[in-house]
Amino acid sequence: MTLIRYIAGRLVVYALVIMFALTVLFFVPRLGPTDPIEAMLAKVSSQGAYMDAAQVDALRQSLADTFGLGGSLWEQYGAFIKRIVLTADFGPSLSMYPTPVMELIRNALPWTFGLLLTSTLIAWVLGNFVGLLSGWKPNSPTSRVMEGIAICLYPIPYYILALVLSILFSYVWKIFPLTTTIRGAPWSWELVTSVVWNSFLPAMSIVIVVFGWWVISVKAQTTALREEEFVRYARLKGLGDGRILTRYVLPNAILPQITFLALQIGLMFNGSLITEILFDYPGLGLLIYSAVLQGDFNLLMGTISLSVIAVATATMVIDLIYPLLDPRIRHR
Amino acid sequence: MRNFFLHAPFRLYLGVALVALCVILGAILPWFAPGDPLVWYTAPRNQNPGAAHWLGTTSLGQDVFWLLTYALRNSLILGLIVAGLSTIIGVFLGLAAGYAGGWLDRVLSFFMDALLCIPTLPILILMAALFSGQLALPIVGLLLVVFNWPYPARQVRAVALTMREREFINVAWFSGESSVRILVRHIFPYIAGWSAANFINTVLVGISTESALAVIGLSSAQQATLGTMIYWAINYQALLGGKYVWIGSPVIAIVLLFIGLFLVSSGLSMRSSARRMSV
Repeated sequence: MTLIRYIAGRLVVYALVIMFALTVLFFVPRLGPTDPIEAMLAKVSSQGAYMDAAQVDALRQSLADTFGLGGSLWEQYGAFIKRIVLTADFGPSLSMYPTPVMELIRNALPWTFGLLLTSTLIAWVLGNFVGLLSGWKPNSPTSRVMEGIAICLYPIPYYILALVLSILFSYVWKIFPLTTTIRGAPWSWELVTSVVWNSFLPAMSIVIVVFGWWVISVKAQTTALREEEFVRYARLKGLGDGRILTRYVLPNAILPQITFLALQIGLMFNGSLITEILFDYPGLGLLIYSAVLQGDFNLLMGTISLSVIAVATATMVIDLIYPLLDPRIRHR
Repeated sequence: MRNFFLHAPFRLYLGVALVALCVILGAILPWFAPGDPLVWYTAPRNQNPGAAHWLGTTSLGQDVFWLLTYALRNSLILGLIVAGLSTIIGVFLGLAAGYAGGWLDRVLSFFMDALLCIPTLPILILMAALFSGQLALPIVGLLLVVFNWPYPARQVRAVALTMREREFINVAWFSGESSVRILVRHIFPYIAGWSAANFINTVLVGISTESALAVIGLSSAQQATLGTMIYWAINYQALLGGKYVWIGSPVIAIVLLFIGLFLVSSGLSMRSSARRMSV
């Protein structure tokens, strides 16, 4: 019963958060100095695309829909929310007219998702492993060196690391490609290797930073757990280090890391946007960037609304999974 | 104060040293600049590091060393202002939420949670795009404050919640001390350590987010910040020309500054948690 209440409460907060974010997105364009529609139309026609009067009118209508500029402010707001939540329709892209925005997003999303998921998993496994071992013997030289490395890696922003990696491995020592060029027919061996090859540096820039964070926090956890009664008891029972670590310490050290994971996702997402732009990686970040450069407002609203919803959803899912894993949590 | 440094962990010293280095570079040296390093073609173009130009010059004829000091200064000012405002607002609203409870707490907590799980960068990019790609630095700073006050607010709220139940607060309350006095005398000392750590951390986040915007050319490109230096270096193909110093110096400055800030902030929070343990 309490579990159901907890889930229901979390879902309500989730819905409210999304409404709040969309409200912000609705009002932000209204703060801008210019009439966005006329500015966009001027930009489109100045780029030399010829359009007759009917096409211009259709475009103006589509823009007005996106901005929700019809009727009173409240009607506009209602129409805007309905458009996004119910129909997930952002109209056609302006720079790649008439491809729908949703189609562009659908093509980009797997790349961002794959990059984030893979690098998060690698960093999580590596970071927990190293953090656990170095927390078990916190004063040994190896443990101190590992922590020192982690502390120096964690504060470096993703995009700086991305720059450093591309300087080192694409300019100085030319082993990885500078920009993403993916070759191969759909689902061939060549495609798979090409994807891995091209994703290596962007993924590394995320893995290294996140790895540092896991090492720091898991080490702190493990060091604290070593002093706990039940670990001492296990040692008195004569169990080996390996068994104590995997059966007694690990399950307890891992749990708080899952909440940190929820907090990290938003940050990682921010980081991956810039990483994608720097590496020309065909994900959501690059899509947002090209929308900015080309003044494609429909695309911009679509990508950003979706990215906000995606991060909020990921955070909520992790919050919901957490009590299933931790028997100690009481649902208040 | 002496006591403070006697018990501070090693990482705090190292962090303070690194930050001090950046502050000297950014706060004091710009006064000695031989001219405005932002102006193009005041120096010969594409020079390698040497006696006349310590870190060489850019393709635009700017002295990299003096440009770097200006960039550090602007980035530090931005970080300090963002962190200062966020901390003040956060501590104030966090105390209000934790201390008042009821609907005020619920409303404030909701805004904290909502702002925390909205990714900042896309919204900043949207703003930058609407202001035709050129946000002035003060506006960037203001936006960063909006997204960063919830971090201190949440922590302070949690502390305030536990403090309400403490015996000595009740004693102070019943002995007729005013709310303001209780806040200042009894609650503030508890949150001061955390707030200091958080302040440093927000300086880091502020500088980092502005640089992220700047690297892709969406912050104020006319101002020198660490991020815009990288932006211009990428834009003028510094790497293809083999001018690693031009792009490398802001990168190294950011790395040193951030490691320093992180060491200070984690050293401070280690210290404040150690003190709470020992009490």
